[in-house]
Amino acid sequence: MELSFVEYISYKHIFWIFCGYTMENENSVIYGLEFQARALSAQLAETEKIRFLIGTQSLKQVNNQIHLVEFDEENSTLKTTVYHHSDGEIWKLNASPIDTSKIATCYNTVNRENLCSMKTAILKLPDTENYDHIENLEILTKFNIDSLGTDIKTTEFHPSDASKAACVTDNHVILWDISNTEAQNVLNIALEGKSNPKFTTGKWNPHQNCNQFATATETHLKTYDVRTGQLAWNIDSAHGQLMRDMDFNLNKQYHIATCGDDGFVKIWDFRQTSSPIYSRTDHSHWVWCVRFNPFHDQLLLTASSDARVLLSSAASVSSENNQDVNIHDDSLDSSENKQILSDGPLQWCEHEDSVYCAEWSPAEPWIFASLSYDGRLLISRVKRSLKYQIML
Amino acid sequence: MDQPKMSDKTSNVLDINGQNFDPNLYLEKLFKENTLRQIMDQENEIVKDTQTLHSDMQTLVYENYNKFITATDTVRKMKTDFKKMEDEMDLLAQNMESITSFSQQISSTLQETREQISKLSGVHSLLKRLQFLFKLPATLKTRMEEANYSQAVQDYLHAQKVLQHYGNMPSFQGIKADCETILQELKTQLRNQFNNPDASAKQLAESVDLLLQLDEPAKELCSEFLTCAEKRLSEQLVMLRDQSEQRDITEFVDLGCSGFLSDLCLVVASFHDMFINRMNTDNIENNEIFENFAAVELNTFIVNKMQKYFELVQNKVDLEQDIGDTTILVKALDRFYRRLQAMNTLCRDTDFAKTGIEIVINAGRKQCKTHLQVLKMHFADSLTKMRQALTTPKLITQDDSSVNLNEMLMSLILTVVEKVKGVLQDLVVFIQPDVNFAQRELFRDSFCVDNVREGLIVCFMHHLTATARGLCSNNVSDPKIPPVLLLLLSKFCLDFQNGHVHYLLSQTDELFNINPKESSALTTENEINTTMQESAQELLNYYVRIQGLNISQMLRKSVETRDWLHTIEPRTVRAVMKRVVEDMASIDSTVAQLYEDQGTATEHSSDSSRKTHSISVSRHQYRSNWSSYTPTHLDSTLVSNIHKLFSERIEIFSTVEFSKVSILTGIIKISLKTFMECVRLKTFSKYGLQQIQVDTHYLQLYLWRFVADENLVHFLLDEILGSAVHRCLEPVLMEPSVVDIICERG
Repeated sequence: MELSFVEYISYKHIFWIFCGYTMENENSVIYGLEFQARALSAQLAETEKIRFLIGTQSLKQVNNQIHLVEFDEENSTLKTTVYHHSDGEIWKLNASPIDTSKIATCYNTVNRENLCSMKTAILKLPDTENYDHIENLEILTKFNIDSLGTDIKTTEFHPSDASKAACVTDNHVILWDISNTEAQNVLNIALEGKSNPKFTTGKWNPHQNCNQFATATETHLKTYDVRTGQLAWNIDSAHGQLMRDMDFNLNKQYHIATCGDDGFVKIWDFRQTSSPIYSRTDHSHWVWCVRFNPFHDQLLLTASSDARVLLSSAASVSSENNQDVNIHDDSLDSSENKQILSDGPLQWCEHEDSVYCAEWSPAEPWIFASLSYDGRLLISRVKRSLKYQIML
Repeated sequence: MDQPKMSDKTSNVLDINGQNFDPNLYLEKLFKENTLRQIMDQENEIVKDTQTLHSDMQTLVYENYNKFITATDTVRKMKTDFKKMEDEMDLLAQNMESITSFSQQISSTLQETREQISKLSGVHSLLKRLQFLFKLPATLKTRMEEANYSQAVQDYLHAQKVLQHYGNMPSFQGIKADCETILQELKTQLRNQFNNPDASAKQLAESVDLLLQLDEPAKELCSEFLTCAEKRLSEQLVMLRDQSEQRDITEFVDLGCSGFLSDLCLVVASFHDMFINRMNTDNIENNEIFENFAAVELNTFIVNKMQKYFELVQNKVDLEQDIGDTTILVKALDRFYRRLQAMNTLCRDTDFAKTGIEIVINAGRKQCKTHLQVLKMHFADSLTKMRQALTTPKLITQDDSSVNLNEMLMSLILTVVEKVKGVLQDLVVFIQPDVNFAQRELFRDSFCVDNVREGLIVCFMHHLTATARGLCSNNVSDPKIPPVLLLLLSKFCLDFQNGHVHYLLSQTDELFNINPKESSALTTENEINTTMQESAQELLNYYVRIQGLNISQMLRKSVETRDWLHTIEPRTVRAVMKRVVEDMASIDSTVAQLYEDQGTATEHSSDSSRKTHSISVSRHQYRSNWSSYTPTHLDSTLVSNIHKLFSERIEIFSTVEFSKVSILTGIIKISLKTFMECVRLKTFSKYGLQQIQVDTHYLQLYLWRFVADENLVHFLLDEILGSAVHRCLEPVLMEPSVVDIICERG
């Protein structure tokens, strides 16, 4: 029989105390999973409750689960709902920014002949919470990708149009109409180039009427116009080695953050792609994930396989660095006097294993979650002093 | 009778010649103390003494009596002589009376004649003057013709008052008019002479003197004089400017000194003679006002001219583009400065030496800057050369090029240090004791401290660190930089920190007499050492990172491009693993040239046996966990977690120490971590897992020797294998003995 969840948690606690990380403990709450996991998403459409979704990764595919974790900030307690995801191990999980009940997973299924295949689907979270037994999730939309690549990297919901989504496979970006149970292929963009290049990930640009889709391929960033399928703009050799992730600044329409295997985190003004406007190497290994805080974009969250999550300041390029804008605005004297944070690390969380995902909560600007490979979710707060420094 | 009883008088009482002599006591004593014979002798002596005294007294009395007689005679004779003198005095008084009456008579008779004579002589002098007046125009004319201007002026001045007084009388009007026309002519003559550019200073002085005597307005003259001088000096300056480009600095300064400056001195000297000093004789009140005015005028003139001259010199100094010969420059500047010091006496309010010293300081600063520039260029050149040397032959003769590494470092350090020393030697000329301006505190302070020490040496060292850091700065990560260069520069900074900084700074302080303890503004050796150390660290970290990432890249490609689900049973170690070990070995040999392992090697071997033992035991257990792997996932997760619980957390990229082992450990950590990440992204079949098993075993066999703590390598390799087990659909491991055989086969 498997170890009970409670027992497992207590192991984690022993471990926690043993390593003496009580200091960080004040700022964060831990949630342990019994499987390894590398898929984390904030429930984007939920703006009241602090909710995160985790997808587990286990080759024994019936064991895979999706956890919906809700954080009660006042009491620092967690409430979790577990769903089965028996179709396969989850490599990527995205929540719809419009519909709280919709999530998209990219998963690996193993058939009887021990052959793997990547699939993706849009699933529905049930409205009612049922604690008595663990349910399987209903599949809302299926995708037929067979001919368009073997590896599915991500399925990204359109930021504003509920009927659209984009898939990134190893060599295609596919635009779908997801209004029906069978997704309609709207547009294919193939990646061309020598020596068989591959996409790593992709993301919608929330600006420009959401008509652009950015992708990472090897060391380059390529953004396509989804109306024509043409390349809109690109940043070549953005990183010295493979580029892992990117994130658009919601408050500054030309800014994009990137990270990669060279350990760099960079912010680019993509009108001026010759050199980044912000560039740091505070991690000691690959950086897997970078996120702007949606409300205070000087706060940059990065996750790395050096087992660390860093909260860094990018104040010099943030939208709140309004020195040049405010010169003519005398009424805002106070903001001119406001001390601007200097760039660099502000706060960090230590994990025991590589951290592949970190996400801000869309409901509460000062809370973020990070998930390490050993299945530990850490929900952390921005340090109070830091918070006041930014708000006041 | 009381006195003799007093003890201290006792001797007196017994002294036969004393005042208090007591004959009774004396006798008593005599009788008591002496024999009869002695007493008899004593008596005889006393009797003899008494007789002598008696005769002496008689002689004295006789002599004094004689003297008294002579005195009485003399008094009597004086009485008679006085009587005679009285009679003669009466006679003299009578005669004097008669002389007085006679003289009174004579003077009353002569009274009239004397008055007449004095009148006549007055008339005569008047006539003489009139005659001079009448003759004046003619005289003046002749004087003019003779060009004897000074005499003419003398003459005129002589008559001037009279002419003024009687000028309105008809008879004199003609004369006055004549005189004035002549005088006008005279003035124009003088002025011409005054404005003549060829005239000598003495002539000038003379004409000005005369014009002044003729009451020409001094101010006007003064400014006219200055305009005239200005013209000439400007010509000199123009000449200087024209020459400045062709001549070298010494010639230029000479030219300036002998031409412009001496002319200026002459002008100033004559101005002083003419306008300032000579006025002393005249009316004092006006004089002072004028003197002030003249002095001010002169000052502005001098300052104006000097400023132009300074500009020229400054330009010339600035023009001296390349380093050239510092000795010549210093010589020229010295001469220039000496001359200026001499000039200082001329002008009261402005200190030209100060402006001069500023120019000299500027020149010094410029020289330092040029030197700095040259040093920087030289350093950049050697870097480029080194870079080329490191990139080109590396693949062909790997061993040969790597042998040179230490030599390269040494030669780089040596050339840099020698260059700096050369520059110091060159600059020390500036403060040689025979150089005049070098004695000035102002110059020494600014030159030695600000320019040489801070501006040149310290700045250059900062440049070194900045260049070094520039190579590994975040924004300009140049992929073409050979990693060995980073290593070399890191060692370079470290070596500098360990002595060369101290050497160069103390050399500087010694040569330029700087006491670093005196001034707090000086950059201390520690500050520079710290930055050196930091740069060395930064470079080394960056080197480790680059090398780690290079190997990572290789590993990642090798894992990503393989289909691990459809692989055959492993028979060999994958080529990429051999390549990794080869690369590590080459890095090891490269690093070994620059970083010796100080004593850690022995320590390492001594406890390595123990370590190997313990780890092999734990590894054995660990393995058995996997071999008895059942599809209940949780157990293995738990096991690996518990295992982690008791092992130390591994910083993938902790700060690297300056030792070979630390450097290699850093690289290996990064590489193996990458390997693990790559494995986690894949799904493995049984044979895929076994291939990883073979690979990790191979790495374990060959990598432990590069690191200080074998545990670390074992742990990381275990993690890799553990991750592979997790990602395996059918986790069955190979027999360890088979793995051994495969690895031994190569």
